Order: sequence, then structure tokens, then C-alpha cells
Amino acid sequence: MSDRDPDLRRNAPKLQLHVPEPPFRPGDTPDFSSIQVPAAGEAPRPDSTAAAAETHSLATSLVRVLDDDAKAVGPWDPKLDADTLRKMLRDMVTVRVFDDRMYRAQRQGKTSFYMKCTGEEAIAVAAATAMDRDDMHFPTYRQQGLLISRGYPLVEMMNQIYSNRGDKLRGRQLPIMYSDKAHGFFSISGNLGTQFPQAVGWAMGAAIKGDSRIAMGWIGDGATAEGDFHSAMTFAAVYNVPVILATVNNQWAISSFSGIAGGERATFAQRGVGYGVASLRVDGNDALAVYAAVQWAAERARSNSGPTLIEFFTYRAEGHSTSDDPSGYRPTNEAKAWPLGDPIERLKSHLIALGEWDEQRQEALVAECDAAVRAAQKESERRGILPQQGNENIESMFEDVYAEVPWHIAEQRDASLREARD
Amino acid sequence: MNMIQALNDAHKVVMAADEDIVVFGEDVGYFGGVFRVTEGLQKQFGKTRAFDAPISEGGIVAAAVGMAAYGLKPLIEIQFADYIYPGYDQIVSEVAKMRYRTAGEWTMPMVIRTPYGGGIFGGQTHSQSPESLFTHIAGLKVVVPSTPYDAKGLLISAVEDPDPVIFFEPKRIYNGPFDGHHDKPVKPWSKHPASEVPEGHYTVPIGKAAVVREGEALTVLTYGTMVHVSLAAVEENGIDAEVIDLRTLVPLDLATIEGSVKKTGRCLVVHEAPRTSGFGAELVSLVQERCFYHLEAPVERVTGWDTPYPHAYEWAYFPGPKRLKHALEKVMAD
Repeated sequence: MSDRDPDLRRNAPKLQLHVPEPPFRPGDTPDFSSIQVPAAGEAPRPDSTAAAAETHSLATSLVRVLDDDAKAVGPWDPKLDADTLRKMLRDMVTVRVFDDRMYRAQRQGKTSFYMKCTGEEAIAVAAATAMDRDDMHFPTYRQQGLLISRGYPLVEMMNQIYSNRGDKLRGRQLPIMYSDKAHGFFSISGNLGTQFPQAVGWAMGAAIKGDSRIAMGWIGDGATAEGDFHSAMTFAAVYNVPVILATVNNQWAISSFSGIAGGERATFAQRGVGYGVASLRVDGNDALAVYAAVQWAAERARSNSGPTLIEFFTYRAEGHSTSDDPSGYRPTNEAKAWPLGDPIERLKSHLIALGEWDEQRQEALVAECDAAVRAAQKESERRGILPQQGNENIESMFEDVYAEVPWHIAEQRDASLREARD
Repeated sequence: MNMIQALNDAHKVVMAADEDIVVFGEDVGYFGGVFRVTEGLQKQFGKTRAFDAPISEGGIVAAAVGMAAYGLKPLIEIQFADYIYPGYDQIVSEVAKMRYRTAGEWTMPMVIRTPYGGGIFGGQTHSQSPESLFTHIAGLKVVVPSTPYDAKGLLISAVEDPDPVIFFEPKRIYNGPFDGHHDKPVKPWSKHPASEVPEGHYTVPIGKAAVVREGEALTVLTYGTMVHVSLAAVEENGIDAEVIDLRTLVPLDLATIEGSVKKTGRCLVVHEAPRTSGFGAELVSLVQERCFYHLEAPVERVTGWDTPYPHAYEWAYFPGPKRLKHALEKVMAD
């Protein structure tokens, strides 16, 4: 008789599959009191050349600089001057205003799609501020702050969103999938995770050539489940690559919470521990903490001390995209209950606490950013909006597949032009 | 010189000429690759230009994407074509589309070399011919050499090409031509005219087929190992066939194909890969579209079967002399 005979196994307990569930669903009252929020300034700051193992306790805590009184405290305080703080605040406000305008443009039918980063503005803006201008970013789709911080023209971003005549990508990419080589911003892919090991490859190239520039790769918490995340970590560790690998844990991958990506039993930063990679978990709504962590990791990379994995702990305050309705899977007021607050409010309060800012100047700043975004929008829309596109210069669709147009694509180009004429 | 040595020589020529060429893949560094195509490169060019990679084909291709974005020219090895699937997303979604989606801002000039095909008792994970998965993807060029001379010249062309090239190496003929008779000893490459491989730099153009046997009665369209099997079969069956080695599947040399089929009026397509949606289907369609009124008989295909590659039944699977004889008779019958 086989031990597979069900009669022999009748006393064994039934096995159960665990399917993670977020703590709250629509109709529930969100309560994030179970989230451990350590006091600002508590986390130790090892030297940036320290062995990776010395950082591993930081993979479960939370690097925070701004305390409840909006004061900068502790060893991670980057001690930034007021001008830098005001520049970051301006960039973060610009991102939020830009997001609102473009969201509205999508709702008005001017483009097909948009993705806001509301609540996450500090992450890209402070990271860009902490990196050198000629370092390279391999972003995912919620790092518009990198471009804005680097002074990329808003009109250019909008042209790419509208796929209009001014779109340097010639109408081939989904809106928000920007690309700009000169601004160190790699082309965004819709296949999540691909950019993470590419960032490692770029930094390997820099190391092979003895360059001094470094790369930063970006991934969301959901996409850490892709094989590309693990390839990136393996290559980064194996070759001691001068790269910063950032996971933005905003708790949600469309409608699946971070537990479905494996975030229920360990932090995303802890994944670095197994690879022997320096690992930091950082309050992503604290611009100073973000800046300090990226600055530390950049120093580490530049001194050939190795790669760093940073988990930015934050919350996606809006829907995943304009195609998403978050009220279908989470409480509508969950963002307001998020215990780490709003990044713009926190940085503004810090500047006010320093005596370097006030509410009137904040109001003026918002108005100024709003005017700049509106002016850019007007200018971009003069070059067209999405519904007007796709009829002129159809032959351009057949260019850039290869360096030269081969015969079979040339034949298809001619056929498409005939079809357009018919 | 055999094909392995010719490919190794091509590496040395291009790496000496261009310091931005970086070679990596599983076992390619110190050891020189499981087939020894990259032997000696690490010693000659240093550890940072020829090195071993983790067993992560996705990571290998992705790192190559990052390096190409940086400005290097990666020349990478996927140890067996059967292992390419973990890297497939990076190849299809990233490598192939980067020039297009960035309107030329970022290009991916890289070569992905990989040994393909059966006939070595490699079982299903060391014997596949997945070329049609790549010919279907806009933005990739797909090259398959069949002789040492072509292998070196085409690899140098691939490295110098501005577009990404998937370079399939027919491992059954790495060491010598193969006529399909697996029970007979393989002839060494030294007895084949294309084993004379010139020193230094030369190229064989991508996108240009070779008429390897001229004939009037039938056109055989084939590539890789099957060039040799086809040549043997037409000789054995006494058919005055024109045998065309496509050498490049994308972009395809249509003019040579069209000219030949219009001349002979009959066409046989031969490849190792499975039949359904194989590259042969594309060839038959093109011939039908362009040469229909010149055809004396339906175009036939000789291919592998639509099963996973079976280890013990390798010689029942592999398209060999019997399958070719049957097809040749059928095409010539009408």
C-alpha cells in the first residue's frame, strides 16, 4: 500500500494557502497604529564606507530626520542650507501642481493616461538634489520629480504627455514614459522592473571605463517580485557596482497591497541583507531623510565601497493612474491616516521652524508654480493634444525601428501611405 | 580553422580594434566558454573586458542594455539558445524597442551570441532552434552562419552594426560540416573550402544570402546546420537544385530568393526548428506572394516536429536525409 493512499493520511491536518490581505478594505476605518514609526534622529549613521553588514540593522528601522516639531535631528541631518531647502520645496510643489494639471488634462480628453505621485514628491526631488547633475537615473513611472529637479522644461514633459508635434519621442511612448539623455533620465518601460538591472549595467560600464559618475535605479514595491529585481541585486553585489538601487514602497501596486509583493514578512530593505548589500529603510515623506540616505549611498558608490539598496517607505495617496479607481479596494480616507504625513507640509513646516519661510510665501510659491505650469501647458497645447495626432507624417512611424529602413518596412510604409490616401 | 576558432578570432579582431567592446556571459571569462568561443580573451584583454556572469540570462541582457546606454558595445554569450528565455523580456521589450521608443536617442548596438540547434544529444534544453521568436520582433536583426568563413565575417559585421543582432551559432557544425548522416563520422572543417579563414578584419554583409550551390530544377532555402544537410541531400538524390544559405533571417535577402525561385519554379524550405509558425512559414508566404505564377509545384517545408526536443528520439526528430528525400521527391514530382 502506498503512503499516498488517502486512508493512511486521514489524521494529517489539511494544508492551507495564505493569501495576504491588506488590513483595511472599503468601508473600514483605517488605523495605522500598528506601523512602527521610530522617533526622528534615532537611527545610527555608519560611515559611508562601512561594511555592508554594519548597515543591516537599518533595513528594519526607519531613517528619519524631521521630528514632530519639524526640526531636523540626529546623525542623518544633512544640514542643508535654506536655499537648497527652498529649491526642494519649490520642485515638490511644482510636481504636485504639474500632476494636478495633467490629471485634469487627461480627464478633459487631451491625453490618454496620466500617473500622479501625490505624497511621494519628496523622494524623487530630494534624491535628484543629493545626486550629481551628471549621474544617471533609471526611473520608473513616478519619478517625474527627477526631471523637474534637474530643470527639465515642463513644456517638453507635456509634449511627451500629449504625443504632439513637439514630442521628441515622436508619439511612440505612453504619456509619462519620458526619456531624456541629456538630463540623465533613461527611457521608462511599461514592463516593470526592467530598468533596475539596467541601472546596474550602466554603473558597471562606468566602473569598467574608470568614470566617476554613478547610476541610480528605481523600482516600486510591487515590481520587486520580478526576476529583474533579483538580477539587479545579484549583479550589484557580485561586481561591487557603484549603483544606488531604490525601492519606492508606496504600499500599493494598482489594487494589490505590498503584502502580495512579499512585504508582509520582511521589509523590502531586508532583501539587501541576503545579498550582502548595504541596506537602508527611509521615511520617504521626509525630504531631509531621503536626501541624507541618497547622499550617503552616493558617497559609498563613489568611493568604490559598494552598492546600496534603499527602501523609501511612503504611501500612494492617489489612484495608481487615471485608469484606476482606488475606492474599489481601499478606504477612501486611508491616505489621510498615513502616519508619516505629507512631504510638502513637512518640509514647509521645517523651513518655517527655521525662520526661513512663512505661509504667505508658501501661498505665493504655489501661485507662482501654478502660473508656470499653466503657461507651459498653454505653450505645449499650441503644438497639439493627443486626439489631434496620428494623421500627419505617418511615414515617421516606420523610422527608428532600425538605423536604416529595411525593404520590408519600407514596403509597409508605402502601403500605409496608400491606405491613408484612400 | 573550425567555426569555434573563427568566432574566437572574430572576437580578437573586434576587441583589439574597439576598447568599448565588452564580452561577458556564463563561463566566458577565465575558462573561455563551454564551447571555448571566448577562450583567451580574458588573458589578452583583461578581466573587465571579458568576464564571467552569474547564471542570470535576464541579468546578462539587462546589464548589456545598461552598458549600451552608457556607451559601451556589449558582445554577450547566452550559453545555449534554450537558456535565452529568462532574458527574453529584456531582449524583446528593451533591446529591440529602445531606438524606436526613444526616437533614436538611445540605441542598443549589441550582439547576443548563442549556440542553437540539435544533433548533439543535448535533450530538450540544449537543442532548440528558437530563431522565429526573434524574427517576429521588430528592431532585432537575426543572423545564422553556416561556415567558419561566414561566422567570422558575419560576427564582425554584427559587432559593427548599429542595431542589436541575435547571432545564432549552429553548434552541430562548430567542429565540422554535417550531412545529416549521424551514424557516419563528421568531416573536419579542414576539408571544406569555407574553412579558409583570412587573418585580420573582413566582413560578410548582414542581409545578404549566399547561393552555395547553383542549379536549375529547384530552389532550397535554408540556413545554419541545414545548409550542409540540404547540400548533401540534393547531391545524394541527383537533383540540380540551387541551394541558398540565407545567412541573415532579418533583414532577409528577398531579391536572391525571388530571383532563384522564379528561375527554378520549385521551392523547398528547410530548417531544424519546429514547423508551426517557424521561419519557414514566412519563407513560404513570401514565395507564394512574389513567385506564385512561376511555381510548378506547391512549396514544401522540411522541419523539426512540433514536439519538445526528445532526447532518446533525437534522430527521429532531427530533419535528416530521409525527410529531405521525401520532400525533394514530392516537390519534383509534378
